[in-house]
Amino acid sequence: MTENYPALLVVVPLLSAFAIYGCSWLHRKSCLPLALLGLAIPFFISIRLLKTVFINGHVSYHLGGWAPPWGIAYEIDPLNALVLLAVSTVAFINLIATSGQIERIFPDRKGAFYALYLLFIVGLLGIVVTGDLFNLYVLLEIASITGYSLIGMGNPDRAPLASLNYVFMGTIGACFYLLGVGYIYIMTGSLNMVDVKGLLPPLYHTSAIIVAFIFCLVGIMIKMGFFPLHFWLPNAYTYAPSPAASLIAPLMTKVMAYVMIRLIISVFSPSFAFSSIQISRGVVWLACIAIIVGAVMALSQRDVRRMLTYIIVSEMGYIVGGAWIGNATAMSGAVLHIINDVLMTFCVFLSLGAIARSTKGYQIENFSGLFKKIPVTMATFVVSGLSIIGIPPTCGFFSKWYLILGAIEGGHYGFIVVLLLSSLINIILFFRIFEEAFFVYPKTNAVHTEGEASIAIAETPFVTLIPLVLTAILLIFTGIYSGSLIALIIKPVVSAGLL
Amino acid sequence: MEFLFTHLVAKYNFWLYIVLMMIGLYAMIAKNNLIKKLVGMNIFQTAIILFYVSVGSKKGGTIPIIEHGAGHTPHGIDPAHYVNPLPHVLMLTAIVVSVSTFGVALALAIKIYQRYKTLEEDEILTRIRES
Repeated sequence: MTENYPALLVVVPLLSAFAIYGCSWLHRKSCLPLALLGLAIPFFISIRLLKTVFINGHVSYHLGGWAPPWGIAYEIDPLNALVLLAVSTVAFINLIATSGQIERIFPDRKGAFYALYLLFIVGLLGIVVTGDLFNLYVLLEIASITGYSLIGMGNPDRAPLASLNYVFMGTIGACFYLLGVGYIYIMTGSLNMVDVKGLLPPLYHTSAIIVAFIFCLVGIMIKMGFFPLHFWLPNAYTYAPSPAASLIAPLMTKVMAYVMIRLIISVFSPSFAFSSIQISRGVVWLACIAIIVGAVMALSQRDVRRMLTYIIVSEMGYIVGGAWIGNATAMSGAVLHIINDVLMTFCVFLSLGAIARSTKGYQIENFSGLFKKIPVTMATFVVSGLSIIGIPPTCGFFSKWYLILGAIEGGHYGFIVVLLLSSLINIILFFRIFEEAFFVYPKTNAVHTEGEASIAIAETPFVTLIPLVLTAILLIFTGIYSGSLIALIIKPVVSAGLL
Repeated sequence: MEFLFTHLVAKYNFWLYIVLMMIGLYAMIAKNNLIKKLVGMNIFQTAIILFYVSVGSKKGGTIPIIEHGAGHTPHGIDPAHYVNPLPHVLMLTAIVVSVSTFGVALALAIKIYQRYKTLEEDEILTRIRES
């Protein structure tokens, strides 16, 4: 049982997705428990795997008993065990928190929604765990296609078009990745990551391998919404149904960033990526532009959800920039920022989904007086906002700290300036919402009728509130323990890869 | 002339897939009708499938089935005589992926048509701006 954990991680949610779709015809009430079970098992498996990896080091699982260069291998090291845990935690908590909302929004289509939800997680867990380049493409497409459909289930006026644009961009991205893998296959005759890494060094100077790397990189960057290729992202995430938005927005882009780091560290080598081909400085500058453009575009939005999607664009700039500075400190900062960003984007989207119950829309004006009305929900929104800004006890601060240290080490002073500037812009972004929610009271007829007493406390139901508070605590908790997270898990992997 | 032979004629399969890819990309970027864009997307994906298929084939290679199987004395097998089946098998999966992407995209196009009664992108965008 224990030795089959890596396979069960993907197989259990896959089978439960089919079971749920069957249940949506036979016995509708059992859809939700099945979905919860299908996500709880990967959650516990990923905890166990993290523990195993931590004690024994690297775990390698051969699907069907075929040895690696021929069969597909699932490789788990501390880095992806950590990402696995983040993905499965977010998926599990999000399902609990938004189950009420899902039942309300999709009363007749909830079977399909849950099935897509689980298939999306299958794709993401598979991407993280796989050690095979082509398998990664297939799982990437599983995650993307289910993501398109989940987004398409949103607001009927805008979501289908936004999702269709995402389909076009996403498919171009996946095709570029596939093309890159094709070139790697032509040159090495292998698709297994470990095997490819061993075969590549004599071929580093060939143009085919350089082109392959660039194709893979561009494909992944389209999927992660990196700056010049981000145009699909704001619309797709803004018009997605809110239970899907709080799932897809934190996970998809960050898992893609993980794939990029995986490609750099364990398929190509850092020495190839950072010194053989002279693109690292260019990518870091592009990341700087991404951060600034994301922050400025966020500043120009009145719609809070749209503002948050531009913040994601800017956060992707942090991660890509940190990874491409090319030293161990900045790379650890980038990996830590992947984890932190998953948590804080999740927290902010989840609390926004909960807030939307008591507001008419997502405009900043709709937030007036919300602290009085839903104090706890707003508190979690504030914690996640502070974390995105990077205020010390929350986790956002620590990853930015490592990114800045790494940038100093690597001599990228432009990146530091941009990072600080965008943090300042984030302060404006969030404090104008806090101001509206805390100091401004709704003007509508409050004056002549009952006055302020009319603002009744209509707190979010507990089933949403408890996961939300838990996530907010997790943000602070991860922040406090980020030192040991770096020292014990991230640094060993990253420096082993970078040396 | 030599360039023509070494780079154009000898590697015509690569040029073919690049041309197909560019046709697909052009349709996705320049066409206004969503269905035409979708067809462009499919051409783009097919170009990559053709690329993989052409990579696996060999001059004079036969289908990769070993004739002298069970019950015979083991023969030495020269892989140069057989077409490489792996890229072809990979492309079976990629075809499935492209079909399902196309399916999802068509479903979205139907939803857009039901809402806006048109599939021309500029008309949809003006409707969105008006509302």
